[in-house]
Amino acid sequence: MIQRFVFSGTGGQGVITAAIVLAEAALYYGELNAVQTQVYGPEARGGAARSDVIIADAEIWFPKVLEPNVAICLGQQAYDRFSGVVRPGGIIIVDSHNVRLQKTISSRQFQLPFHETVMTEYGTIQALNMCMLGALVRLIPIVSPDAMRQVISDRFDERFRQTNLSAFELGCNLVKESVRTF
Amino acid sequence: MSAPTRYAERKAEPNIRFLQGNEVCAEAAIYAGMRFFAGYPITPSTEIAERLSERLPQVGGTFIQMEDEIASLAAVIGASLTGLKSMTATSGPGFSLMQETLGYAIMTEVPCVIVDVQRGGPSTGLPTHSSQGDVMQVRWGTHGDHSIVCLTASNHQDLFEMVIDAFNIAETFRTPVVVLIDEVVAHMREQVRMPEEGEIALTERLVTAVPRDVDYHPYFPREDGRLPMSNFGGDHRYNVTGLVHDMWGFPSNKPNVADELIHHLIHKIENRKRMLVRHKEYNVDGAEIVLISYGATARSARHIMENRRAVGMAVGMIELQTLWPFPNELIRERCKDADYIVVVEMNMGQMVHQVEAAVDRPHRVFLSNRVDGAMITPNNIKNLIRVIQGKGV
Repeated sequence: MIQRFVFSGTGGQGVITAAIVLAEAALYYGELNAVQTQVYGPEARGGAARSDVIIADAEIWFPKVLEPNVAICLGQQAYDRFSGVVRPGGIIIVDSHNVRLQKTISSRQFQLPFHETVMTEYGTIQALNMCMLGALVRLIPIVSPDAMRQVISDRFDERFRQTNLSAFELGCNLVKESVRTF
Repeated sequence: MSAPTRYAERKAEPNIRFLQGNEVCAEAAIYAGMRFFAGYPITPSTEIAERLSERLPQVGGTFIQMEDEIASLAAVIGASLTGLKSMTATSGPGFSLMQETLGYAIMTEVPCVIVDVQRGGPSTGLPTHSSQGDVMQVRWGTHGDHSIVCLTASNHQDLFEMVIDAFNIAETFRTPVVVLIDEVVAHMREQVRMPEEGEIALTERLVTAVPRDVDYHPYFPREDGRLPMSNFGGDHRYNVTGLVHDMWGFPSNKPNVADELIHHLIHKIENRKRMLVRHKEYNVDGAEIVLISYGATARSARHIMENRRAVGMAVGMIELQTLWPFPNELIRERCKDADYIVVVEMNMGQMVHQVEAAVDRPHRVFLSNRVDGAMITPNNIKNLIRVIQGKGV
């Protein structure tokens, strides 16, 4: 089993943090191997940001993702860049506020209201990445939600822990049924 | 010591961590006993300084952010002379600035470790992208005839060991050691098993037995050729200079003194190659194609080696972990039966020339490279192999 994820958006949206949380959950609690890499520009915020995660039950040599099984696109630019390279049968998850979908034939697309959900609840988009992770692990059950909750609790200090955990639950609730890709 | 690969059994393993390569460098250095770091943070090595600024005070060490890289290595040399295992970390632009002081450390025989996390160059180049363009700079960047030790790694478990090895070699041979990694390994996160205390042997400094107030000769070798040190500012007064010096450490321009010193500086490394060379090899026996790689590109090479073997091709691989001194004899011996040798690196060809010089029938050697800042992919290597075999891409 090998699953390749691309998390993409703009700098400051938390795509790199989200990727690390997923990889840690798989490694620490999922009894799987995980490797995470990132691509970013010299800017602190605003440039295109991307992080790759590979989760497998074997050794991982080449650490980058060229053709993802799952692409998470939090912006239009990211969607335009990655929607075409997702593997056949793969999954694209986008934020409905930021991305207008194109038709695809080889992958399934899920447009979910992350931006709207966290804005309504907190008035800021800080925890959008955790909301997205909630939906992701409900949709693709590669790591258990409990493992994710544990990593989120361990990773963030008190100021952010509760918000991140509740944003994660909001994300879980956005998805009714999971799909299997592996 | 290696990371467990049977993932279902790993829950029993408590010391697994998910770290960036830079963080591994910092943790391994502390494990090795490094207690002084002076540096000037630079992408993509910044996380080494960042983590050490937090970790060193916790273990009674000292962290200084200097005004630039020239001062950073100068401070490291000073601290090492007083008895502390010392380190700095930088990237290409900073490593260029360190060349002068690197030569000083070589000439004065001060143990220290320099981590160079390669990024795209020349000049400020591509700060957040990967490259392996500093390989020859490590070897020849500082002026004058000299030798240097350079280690690298392609995964975090090896990196942990290489950093410790770097300190052990630095202390044993009284020489600066460069740990040369690249942006991919430095920023990639993967599992690493943190060894227990005492699990990996550490080499401590050889300190002189000459009592206080008795004449100590800083450059007078013992019978085994090693030079015991005395903590500067401690029991003995002695001179340290970048000029050619005699066994008292004082400048000399006598031809025999200069001749002996230069021979000593080079021979202490080149004559002990067998102790210094570390490498890994996979399926080299019977291989028609041998891939030679190091650092992050070795991951792409390993990937395509396994992939090609799965379709029945006889592909083997040598991963270099010691880049300098270059293991000529090993490469010559292990590649003697191969039809083709493909050197995989992210530069316009640096190690490939070393390999060509090492093997017989050098027309067998090909270069698979990439210099656009992106990591070389397994397919890039596969396509070159197809071209070599006349199959077309």
